[in-house]
Amino acid sequence: MLRPRWFAIGQALPPRLRLTLTLLSFLLPVAAWGLVSYVPWIWHPFVRVESAGDVTWFKPGLLVERSVFAEENLKILAAGGHAADGSRANPVFLPAPHEVGRAFWTAFHAKPQLRGDLWLHESLWVSIRTIFWGFAISSLIGVPLGILCGAYAPISRLAEPMIDFVRYMPSPAFGALAVAVLGIFDAPKIAVIVIGTFFQQVLIIANTVRRHDPALVEAAQTLGARPWQLLRRVIVPSCIVDLYNDQRILLGWAWTYLIVAEVVGVSSGITFFINQQAKYRNFDNVYAAIIIIGVIGLATDQVLAFIGQRIFAWKNPRPSRIRSFFARLFARRPVVMLVEQTTPPTNPA
Amino acid sequence: MSAPADFILPDYRVQTPAVAERFRRLKERPVVLKVEDLGREFASNGGTVTALRKINLDIHRRELVCVIGPSGCGKSTLIRIIAGLDAPTSGRMLVDGKESSGPSPERGMVFQGYTLFPWLTVTRNVMFGLEMSGMDKTQAESEALQWIDLVGLGRFKDSYPAQLSGGMKQRVAIARALAPNPRVLLMDEPFGALDAQTRAQMQAHLLEIWRNIEVTILFITHDLDEAIFLADRIVVLKANPGEVQEIIEVPVPRPRHPDQVNSPEFLATRRRLDELIHPRTVHAPAEKLPIFRMTQAGDDVE
Repeated sequence: MLRPRWFAIGQALPPRLRLTLTLLSFLLPVAAWGLVSYVPWIWHPFVRVESAGDVTWFKPGLLVERSVFAEENLKILAAGGHAADGSRANPVFLPAPHEVGRAFWTAFHAKPQLRGDLWLHESLWVSIRTIFWGFAISSLIGVPLGILCGAYAPISRLAEPMIDFVRYMPSPAFGALAVAVLGIFDAPKIAVIVIGTFFQQVLIIANTVRRHDPALVEAAQTLGARPWQLLRRVIVPSCIVDLYNDQRILLGWAWTYLIVAEVVGVSSGITFFINQQAKYRNFDNVYAAIIIIGVIGLATDQVLAFIGQRIFAWKNPRPSRIRSFFARLFARRPVVMLVEQTTPPTNPA
Repeated sequence: MSAPADFILPDYRVQTPAVAERFRRLKERPVVLKVEDLGREFASNGGTVTALRKINLDIHRRELVCVIGPSGCGKSTLIRIIAGLDAPTSGRMLVDGKESSGPSPERGMVFQGYTLFPWLTVTRNVMFGLEMSGMDKTQAESEALQWIDLVGLGRFKDSYPAQLSGGMKQRVAIARALAPNPRVLLMDEPFGALDAQTRAQMQAHLLEIWRNIEVTILFITHDLDEAIFLADRIVVLKANPGEVQEIIEVPVPRPRHPDQVNSPEFLATRRRLDELIHPRTVHAPAEKLPIFRMTQAGDDVE
C-alpha cells in the first residue's frame, strides 16, 4: 500500500484524511478555547469571590485581580479576620464554550430581555435582507458594467480610472451622506454595502473577462459571429465559471461591510443585537451572534459552490437534478440532460 | 525519411499523363480564392519587419493546396490574413471574384489548438456557425447531427470537448468549420498537436471528407510528407521576407494511399522540398557544442 506523503507538492489528500483535517481545522481552535476556559491554572487572571470573608468591599460573584485578592486576604489575616474565598476565573469577555453554546440555545428559545428588542433570528433576518439587497443592486449594475469593461477597451478606459479612484474611499465614509440622502432606516445601510461592493466588483469582473481565451473569439469570428454575439455567446460563457466564483468572493466582502453599514442611521439587525448584548455584558450572546454570522457565510458559500459545481455541466459532466431543473426552466422545449457515457471515450481519432 | 542523395529519382516535375490531365482540368475550374500582391509588415522596435511580400495565389474550386515553409516564413500570418483575423498592409484577397476582408463564414478555419467551446456539447459546437447565420435551432441541430455523423462521432454528440481525445476534438472542429458551408476551408497546422498514428488517420479522414464535400482547402503544415500526401499543389514559402519560393504540382496520382510514400514521385517531390526548405548550407556540419568529456575512459556509447 502506498502511504500518502503529507508534504508532497500538489498531491491530493485521501478523502478520509481530508475530512479529518477539515474537522480538525474547526476543532483545534475550539479545543484551545476550551483549554483556556476549563483548565484553572491556564491564564485565569481573576478570582471570582465566593464568600467575602471580612473584606468589606468583596461581594460574592465579584471578579478581582489575583494579586489584589491575595493582598486583601493578607491584610485581613494580619488583622485577624476571616479570609475571603474564591476560585480562579477568566475575564467576563471570554465566556467558556458551553456558555456560548447555551447562549445559542436561549437566543432562539428565550424571550428577549427588553420589550421591543428583537430575537436573534429576527435580527439576523434583517441583516440578511440588507446584504441581499445591497449585493443584488451592486451586481445588477456592476456585473454588466464589468463585463463591458473587460470586453471593450474604450469602455474600460472610460469607466475604470474613476472606479479605481473611488474604490479607495472607505464606504463607511459615505454613511453620513447616505443618511442625509436616503433617511435613517434600511436604505442608507444598503447604500453603504452597495458602495463597498460595487467598485471592487466592476474591477474584478472586468479583470476576469479580460482573461478570456482570444482563440475562442477568433474561432467564433470565422464562424460568422457578430460583435454582440461574440460577447453574449462566447466571451461571457467562456468565463462564466470564474465570474460565478468572483461573485462568491464578493458576497463575502459584502458581509464584511455589514457591521459598519448597520450602525449607519438607526442601528439595526445583527449589529444592534451585538451592541445591545455587549452593553448588558452578555458576552456569550455576542459570541453566539458573531459565530452565527460565520456559519451563515460559510454555509452560503458552500451551497453556492455546490450549485456551481452542478450547473456548469462541462466542468463536471455527470447528471444533476439542479442542472436539469435550470435547463428545463430556461429551455423552451423538453431537454434530455443525461449524458450517457458508459465507456470512457479514450480511443484515439 | 529523406531519400539518399545518390538514389536515382525522376524529376519532380514529370507527371504521368493521368496526373497531367487532372491538373489541366483542375486549372480550368473557376478560381475560388485569389490572393493578389498580398503584403504584411509589422512595426518592430526601430523599424518595420516584412512578414509577407507580394504573395500571389490562385486556388481553384475543390483544390487542396498546402502551404509549407521554414519557421518564421509567415505561413500562419498568411492564413490568418486570408481568414480575416489579421489585415494585410498591401494587396487584396478575392473570394469568388469579390474582394473580401474581415472574418466571414465563407472562409471557415480549423486551428491547431482545436478552439472548441468547452461549455458546449459536440452538437452545440457544430451548431454554433449555423445559429450565427440565423438558422432556427431545430434545423441547425438536425444539420449539425449530419456533420457529426460525417466525421464519425455520432456516439459522442452529447459529450463535452474535455471528454474527447485530441483527434476527436479536431474532427469536431472540422465538422464545426464545414457546417456553415464555407467556400474555403482554412486549416492552420490542424494535426500538429496529434501523435503520429492519429495524424495519419486524420489525414486519411480529411481526404475522405474533401472527396465528398464541395469545399476548397488551404492547408498549412510544417510536415513535408503531410503536404505531399494531401496536396494537389504545394506552395513553398521562404523566410525573411516571406515570399513564394515555388509552387509545386504534386505528381503523386490520386486517390492517395499511405503506401505511395515510397513511390518515386513521392520521393522526388520530397527531395525537392528538402532542398527548398533545408538548403545544403544549413544541413552542413552542425556547429559543435562546446562540451568536454565527463564520462570515464572506455565507457563509450557510440
